[in-house]
Amino acid sequence: MATAAQRKRSDDAELPEDPAGRAHFDELIAADQRVEPTDWMPDAYRKTLVRQVSQHAHSEIIGMQPEGNWITRAPSLKRKAILMAKVQDEAGHGLYLYSAAQTLGTPRDKMTEDLISGKAKYSSIFNYPTPTWADMGSIGWLVDGAAICNQVPLCRASYGPYARAMVRICKEESFHQRQGFEILLHLSRGTKEQHEMAQESVNRWYAPALMMFGPPDADSPNSAQSMAWNIKRFSNDELRQRFVDMIVPQAEVLGLTLPDPDIKWNEERGHYDFGDLDWDEFYEVLKGRGPANAIRLERRRTAHEEGAWVREAAAAYAERRRVESEKARLEKVQAA
Amino acid sequence: MSTPGTNDTEPWPLWEVFVRSSRGLSHLHAGSLHAPDAEMAVRNARDLYTRRNEGVSIWVVRSTDITTSDPDAKGAFFESPRGKEYRHASYYTESEGVKHL
Repeated sequence: MATAAQRKRSDDAELPEDPAGRAHFDELIAADQRVEPTDWMPDAYRKTLVRQVSQHAHSEIIGMQPEGNWITRAPSLKRKAILMAKVQDEAGHGLYLYSAAQTLGTPRDKMTEDLISGKAKYSSIFNYPTPTWADMGSIGWLVDGAAICNQVPLCRASYGPYARAMVRICKEESFHQRQGFEILLHLSRGTKEQHEMAQESVNRWYAPALMMFGPPDADSPNSAQSMAWNIKRFSNDELRQRFVDMIVPQAEVLGLTLPDPDIKWNEERGHYDFGDLDWDEFYEVLKGRGPANAIRLERRRTAHEEGAWVREAAAAYAERRRVESEKARLEKVQAA
Repeated sequence: MSTPGTNDTEPWPLWEVFVRSSRGLSHLHAGSLHAPDAEMAVRNARDLYTRRNEGVSIWVVRSTDITTSDPDAKGAFFESPRGKEYRHASYYTESEGVKHL
């Protein structure tokens, strides 16, 4: 018998090679079954997951900022309520994912520390600013749309806690995309200025959204291993193509154009062709030189530091209650 | 300062959350979260796992209080029902076609 605490292990503890465990792990992967926290797993598999799941969690948490930016200035009470619900969802998604990463033996505080010290990465899409209200539409439609494309296959990822978190997230994410689409639709059908605002915003977000799927397959060295482990189900380019095929007809409904003159239906492939992306920009943003990297991290760090007293007070209160209830229990025992 | 379930690396204990979606149904495991005490765990669970009317009742249990069966011994541990198909109605086929049986 083992308690959950005994099952936990430290992130950097070297795991001795366990032939039976290895065989069991290989069997699970070959049979497309789920790996659970109690199962033996190769260190590289664990590390890959810790990196991916914690980066994913960080992205959700940092992703609250570009939209939180507009809560106080939302154009109506209804839009404000929706935006608050959405930002609250992002916080929830971050927490589901942190919990999943913790089952791999990585402490929450270490992940937070890695994020605010700038050591950990998060999706570079959140390093772009949101200067207009239409950006709330573009984020929902394009950014959340791309995220859904990425995340639906992750619901079948081989690591159980990650896959289960993704199921919950995907269910909630669909409202995000629809509300973004609706914002753009209303602007597009509004005044000339509103229509232009929507178009200008889509022009800015289109390429960064396509880059969310990661570099082209030829430049994505870790993809093959992740696919062999059933963490990743489709390649970056496959998912990007799927996304483009989805948004081209959607843009037509919106009455907006996508800023890529090379988008054209390819009868032979049965897909839309599209132009090359500026990957130099992607790597610049990834390296921390994007338009909003510094401000995002600074805000997260400040929030963490200024929230310290809340964490301390909660812990002190819990401790006081524990002592009080222990004292009450002893008095009861003595009285008996 | 320490609450049970904390350790050097996790200052707050981990709680497993069970949600009952409506009266008459069982509480089902929804996920886990961090909280300093049980009361906060229930409040956090409400915010984290029932933002869309998913539940009418929540249980939280400290993860360290859960004892699991030994994953390495699961073959032997769950062996007994195997080969006992006669415990299922589908084992009895001769009554096929007979009504209300």
